[in-house]
Formats: sequence, structure tokens, C-alpha cells
Amino acid sequence: MLSANMTELAYLVASILVILALKGLSSPESSRRGNMFGMLGMGIAVFVTLQLDGIENYTWIAVAIGVGAIIGGTAAKKVPMTSMPETVAFMHALVGLAAVLIAVSAFLNPVAYGIADSMGAMHTASRIELFLGTFIGAITFTASLIAFGKLKGFVSGNPVTFSGQHLLNLILGVLMLGAGIVFCMNESATAFLVMLSIALVLGVLLIIPIGGADMPVIVSMLNSYSGWAAAGIGFTLGNNMLIVAGALVGSSGAILSYIMCKAMNRSLFNVLLGGFGSDTSDSGSPAAEVGTRPVRSGAAEDAAFLLKNARSVVIIPGYGLAVARAQHALKELVEVLQEQGVKVRFAIHPVAGRMPGHMNVLLAEADVPYDIVEEMDEINPEFSDTDVALVIGANDVVNPAAKTDKSSPIYGMPILEVTKAEHVLVIKRSLSVGYAGLDNDLFYMDKTMMIFDDAKKACEAMLHAIE
Amino acid sequence: MCSSGNCDLTTHAAMMHDAAAGGATADPIVMSFTVFILAIFVGYHVVWNVTPALHTPLMSVTNSLSSIVIVGAIIASGPIEMNLATVLGLIAVGLASVNIFGGFMVTQRMLAMFKKRG
Repeated sequence: MLSANMTELAYLVASILVILALKGLSSPESSRRGNMFGMLGMGIAVFVTLQLDGIENYTWIAVAIGVGAIIGGTAAKKVPMTSMPETVAFMHALVGLAAVLIAVSAFLNPVAYGIADSMGAMHTASRIELFLGTFIGAITFTASLIAFGKLKGFVSGNPVTFSGQHLLNLILGVLMLGAGIVFCMNESATAFLVMLSIALVLGVLLIIPIGGADMPVIVSMLNSYSGWAAAGIGFTLGNNMLIVAGALVGSSGAILSYIMCKAMNRSLFNVLLGGFGSDTSDSGSPAAEVGTRPVRSGAAEDAAFLLKNARSVVIIPGYGLAVARAQHALKELVEVLQEQGVKVRFAIHPVAGRMPGHMNVLLAEADVPYDIVEEMDEINPEFSDTDVALVIGANDVVNPAAKTDKSSPIYGMPILEVTKAEHVLVIKRSLSVGYAGLDNDLFYMDKTMMIFDDAKKACEAMLHAIE
Repeated sequence: MCSSGNCDLTTHAAMMHDAAAGGATADPIVMSFTVFILAIFVGYHVVWNVTPALHTPLMSVTNSLSSIVIVGAIIASGPIEMNLATVLGLIAVGLASVNIFGGFMVTQRMLAMFKKRG
């Protein structure tokens, strides 16, 4: 068995490895090695913990780790890349639940954690830490389950709103805090259970009013919560390794939420209030007008002709690409165009898809090299020198109203400036409005041609026409 | 656990203990808090350097990392006698393991896909 000092030092090594894992993600080349560091760090942390005084239940712990490894490993091999958002949401739920179970266990048997005095009563500080860890874990658990349901389609992706919703949440929040304070004062089991139950309900209520396309923010925020929950447990145990890893994850999720909010020009508070896109706005180009304005539509063959004769093409993928699983067909189309001497690049909006980096992973899965995949700020100045902008299953992120129409709800949101390109091709199943519930002027411009089809079928048809 | 009768007394004793500890050496919670704030600081600087293309792997790997709660779960399931506390701990060990293995492996799978041209 290691001495207490050696144990702490081993945790320090593990913490540094975990930091290196995140540092590696600054470029794809260093990321794979970084991930190895992360695994090593976690491995060290687990082994160090296993040799701690008072850990005797080895057989059962081995069984639990083994079962978890088999389930997790199998799932990791099988999950399709298009399902990553819901997978990540589900994993957040697991962390939240684990944190709750640990907190309840610590509540039942505080002596095993060394957080109680000789009479078996918890220290006041430990009660506060336990309260924080429990409620953050509980909210993370149920909120992530709802987010998972929305992403998977089990729960309606539309915002669920009712009158008095925010008032109800506020009352529940205050009640939970009250029960938590009572628990911190007298270690009452009733107060603990009341606090836990309210937190579980609150997790559900907080997420149901939030619509599908706001999920990049929500998934990032829950990522952050799962980190804070881990740090909370770390405070309870006085364990620096947990505190460090939890704080890293917490700040990572918070930064991602911030980036996502900024890319939508909305505040986190505005996203959390929910209901976005459900109210019928009377400003800008209301959704009611859809279908009454003339559009130029064409067949895949017409689009193929334009693409083949272009010098440079920029492709703007959106959630529709993921839904249609069109990434492989698209990659083949790109290869054929490249063979014809066309310069092809991809433009990724930060909130394209249902989670941060969603489009990048889909394209990487289809073997699109990452050096032709550009971020918004890199590609926007290039549109004026682009012959064809090909929009596939994206809508709000290319809506020019965000730049020109001050009355539009999305005014001020940074967009991909496709209108500067010579020609615009839009592949979309119908003229239906995007998430923000707005019509898109881009579809009615003279330089725009609409191809009304499923993204995958359209890509295959264009490929066929070029070959 | 604390039965309702002697709770006030023990709370009081614990508070006295805490107060005494605050004198000569820093309270452990202050040390924990120091580590916490420094780690947030490190996290802030490291995460802003992550390339946006790798934001999905960042989420899946941080998911694995937050499963570091397995440390708490192992402590919870440590005692040899089986009771509700140890069983809950064991379930938590299982859940955290799903995440650790699943998270790292799916991250590895994703990262392996990011290739350069040619």
C-alpha cells in the first residue's frame, strides 16, 4: 500500500495527464496521443484508489468495472457518428446518476468516507458539499435524459411551454434550496430526500421548454454540470484528483456553451428560458408567407452542370446532412469534382448540427480531409471569390436577414455569407422554415437555385450526372 | 447516522472543531478550494486552445474525465459487508466504468478519422 503522500503524488501525476489529454486536442495530430495520456491518467487514478485503506470489496468492484467496460466498449464500437449528440447526452446522464448514487451512499455511511466525527455525524462542511454534489448530479441526470430523449426523438424536439412555467421552476428551486439548508443544519434524512426529489424534477422541467436546435448549448451546459458534480464529490471526499478533473470538465463545458451562445447571438439566459422558435413572430418575413413567393428550382442535373463548370465550390452542411446520412455520398461527389479540377472546401458554422463540432465529425467519418474543412471566420472572406455555394440541409446559419433585417429575431447572429458567392445551390426537402421559425430570403434570390430533395438522393443524383 | 436527539450537540462539536482548525493551519476545504480555482484557470486556458473541429471529441473525452467520480464510487463500495451504501457504490462504479471505457474508446475512434489530404 502506498503512503498518504505517495497517494497524493500519484493523483497529481494523473491530474497532469488529464490536463495533457485536453491540451492534445489543439490539433488533430496531437489529439490521439493526448487521448492516450487521458486513459493513462484515469488508469492511475483508479489503481491508486483501489489500494486505499478500507477498500476490501475487490471481487465485486472488479465485476462492476468489468460489466461497465463491456457495455461501454461495445457501445463505443457500434454507435454511428450521426448519433453522437444523443450518445454524449446519455453519457452525461450516467455521470449525473453516478454522482447521485455516491452522494446517497456517503449520506448512508459517512464514516466510510471519513467525513463524520466519532459519533457518526457528518461535519457541517461535508453536509454543504454533499448537498451541492447531490443536487447538481441530480439535475444533470434528469436534464441529460430529457436532452437525450429530444435528440433521439423519444421526446418531442419542440419546446414544451406552459403558463407559469418559470414561476414553478423558481418555487421549486427555492424549495430545494430550503430543504438543502435544513439538511445542512440537522442532517435530516427527510430534508435530504426532499432536496434530491425536487432536483430530479427540476432537471426535467428545465430542459423541456428548450427546442432541438438549441441542443448544442444544452449539451455543452450539461457537460459543464457533470464536471461540477464531479468536483462537488471531490470536495466531499477532500480528493484533489476529483476536484481537478471536475473543474477542467466544468470549465470546458462552460466555454463551449459560451461559444455556442455567441454563435447564435443569444445569451445563455435567453436559451435557458426556452420557447425559442415557438412564438409566431410578426417581424421580418413571417413564416406565413412561405410558399407564396416565387422560387427558382432545378433538377440535380442542373446543379451538377453548375458545379462541374465552377472553379471553386464551398459546401455548407447543416443538420439536414446528418438526418439524411448523406456524408458519404457527398464525399464521393467532392472527389469527382476535385478530379475535374474544381477547388472544393467546406464551411462549418459553429452551431451547425446538434452539438459542437457535429459536422466536423460527420465529414471526418466520410474521409473528408480536415484541411479542406474551414471555420466560419476563415471562409467568410472567401465567398466573394467563390463560384458556387452549395447549401445542404442548413437554413438559419445562411439566412441573410441576420445581417440585414434589424427586426428579425436572429438579427446579429453571425452567418455564413453565401450571398456573396456567384451562384447559390440549396438542397432542401421543402421550403419549410428553419428552427428559428423564419423564412429565408436566400431561397428567393435570383442567384439561388433550389433542389427540392433529400440530401443523400440529391448528392447521388448530382454524382451520377457528372460521371 | 444521526438520530434527531443528539444532532444539535454533534453539529456544535463539529463546528467547534472546524473553528479550532481555522487557527494555525488552513482548513482542508480552503486547500481544496485553492486547487479547484487553479484547475478552472488551467481548464480555461487549455480549452480555448482546442480547435473547433475537435469540439465533439472534446465533449466525449471530458465525459470520460468527469467519470473520475469512479474514485468516490470505489470508496463507497469499499467496505466488505454488503449494505445499501455499498450496493449503491457498486452500481456507481459500473455506471462510471461504462462512461470511462465508452468515452475514451469512442473518442479514439473519432480522432482516428481526422486525416489530412493525401
